[in-house]
Amino acid sequence: MTTPTDFTIAEARDALDSGAVSARELAEAHIAAMDAARNLNAFITETPDRALADADASDARRAKGEALGALDGIPLAIKDLFCTEGVMTTAASHILEGFVPPYESTVSGNLQAAGSVMLGKTNLDEFAMGSSNETSYFGNVENPWRRDGDNRPLVPGGSSGGAAAAVSGRLCLGATGTDTGGSIRQPAAFCGIVGMKPTYGRCSRWGVVAFASSLDQAGPMTRSVRDSAILLGGMAGFDPKDSTSADMALPDFEAAIDGGVKGLRVGIPAEYAVEGMNPEIAALWDQGKAWLKDAGAELVDISLPHTKYALPAYYIIAPAEASSNLARYDGVRYGQREEGSDLTELYENTRAAGFGIEVRRRILIGTYVLSAGYYDAYYLKAQKVRALIARDFTQAYEKCDVILTPTTPGPAFAAGEKSDDPIAMYLNDVLTVPASLAGLPAISVPAGLSGEGLPLGLHLIGKAFDEETMFRAAQALENAARFDARPAKR
Amino acid sequence: MAVDRDTVIRVARLARIKVPEGDLDTLAGELSNIMGWVEQLAEVDTDGVDPMTSVADMKLRWRADEVTDGGIRDRVTANASDPRDGMFSVPKVIE
Repeated sequence: MTTPTDFTIAEARDALDSGAVSARELAEAHIAAMDAARNLNAFITETPDRALADADASDARRAKGEALGALDGIPLAIKDLFCTEGVMTTAASHILEGFVPPYESTVSGNLQAAGSVMLGKTNLDEFAMGSSNETSYFGNVENPWRRDGDNRPLVPGGSSGGAAAAVSGRLCLGATGTDTGGSIRQPAAFCGIVGMKPTYGRCSRWGVVAFASSLDQAGPMTRSVRDSAILLGGMAGFDPKDSTSADMALPDFEAAIDGGVKGLRVGIPAEYAVEGMNPEIAALWDQGKAWLKDAGAELVDISLPHTKYALPAYYIIAPAEASSNLARYDGVRYGQREEGSDLTELYENTRAAGFGIEVRRRILIGTYVLSAGYYDAYYLKAQKVRALIARDFTQAYEKCDVILTPTTPGPAFAAGEKSDDPIAMYLNDVLTVPASLAGLPAISVPAGLSGEGLPLGLHLIGKAFDEETMFRAAQALENAARFDARPAKR
Repeated sequence: MAVDRDTVIRVARLARIKVPEGDLDTLAGELSNIMGWVEQLAEVDTDGVDPMTSVADMKLRWRADEVTDGGIRDRVTANASDPRDGMFSVPKVIE
């Protein structure tokens, strides 16, 4: 039998159904794997007791013939940005150290109600602000992958770096992530797994620590496209507690994936072929086009003319929303507190001590672009550019059904390699940010290895609320790529 | 646009983040770089373009304005650093 930590979610579901494995055995195997891989620092909080209790409850349901569905008994990791009732939730920030939510986020609550088993809370960049998991107050996460013949630790990407490392390193069968500008897809590409950001509004934001509310969206991180569809089905759904939650019926995502791509029009945007593109990435992209064409899809040249302005617009909009959202950390109602001689000094001391350098930098940028006299020049301008970026996609989708691009400009890099230069770090998200600004669903599928033996991802962008077509194309890529390389450290 | 020391002081005050004197110049340099980089948006012709206000194409829902929750004072204050008698506490603000 397959080692329980090597199962996909779909395989584990079948093994649970046939009685070949119990939820308790699955949980125990993953708890042991977490113990053995603590050097990755993928988790901020491990919850083994909770996992075993969840697993026993699942086994008891199954014994009575009352199993709840595909996720019943499946061990999952939850990004430490989702509030979990009674379990510390930090957003990887000192300012929330010790915060124990008295409520459960809708997404993690949905997964709980589906019978899944919670293994723990995964590490991330502080408040999800970063692309390398180097801004966490709780330390860097290591990528389980290594360059060939080089044992230096690499970053797992970010911000969902702990989740990506945990899925890739076989510490869980799947994990929740959140994506604001690429925070699911970029780490998925760096760690050789599938990372999916649904359409804005598909997953409730209620109980997810807010970064940039008009961009934040939760999504699944898994080792196969089928698992991505299964896990999304457990996370998504209308929630009256989130005013931007989409009041729409949920399709059966898993049923959609095997539909094939015959006749599907795949858009290839000219503007993503940026000058100086890493030749390995360009070759991978060409390979992806050939795979989809061989599977029966039609390639269509499209233009997304405002692509180059997406990243600068994002770095106005996201910090502006962050500066507003993070105003709530005042040292009074929850979180860490530093005393001061008066209330203002208490706020200033608390926030200086509680936030890390990147978070402070983004709050200051956001405050600046929203301040009197600058609002029109920066924030309003960026929101107009954003409208043009969204219009580019709408026009492109008159000619195609899904868009294919690479996920990242390159493979995982070494810790410290880009942390001195904020703009070099921001450029990691250049290919993922446009879909975020337009609120569109997108997925990264592992598709090949770099010359140094590191995973590379291909990226599909779908139409709003048409995850199904995107999943079909993703499954076709997965079938063609047959990516079965394994990380060195696991 | 260059962000100078005084602007950093003003913005940090607005954001309620204490910035040590010694960090002001570094921060001014970093923020200038980032703002200089986003400046390229000025090239885009946005005349007559409405700013995006809603990501997904949907109307916000209305709901009845009624109490649906409450009576959980102790849970609300459970995470406060210095709760007193079921209340949050702050330094004295009124003489």
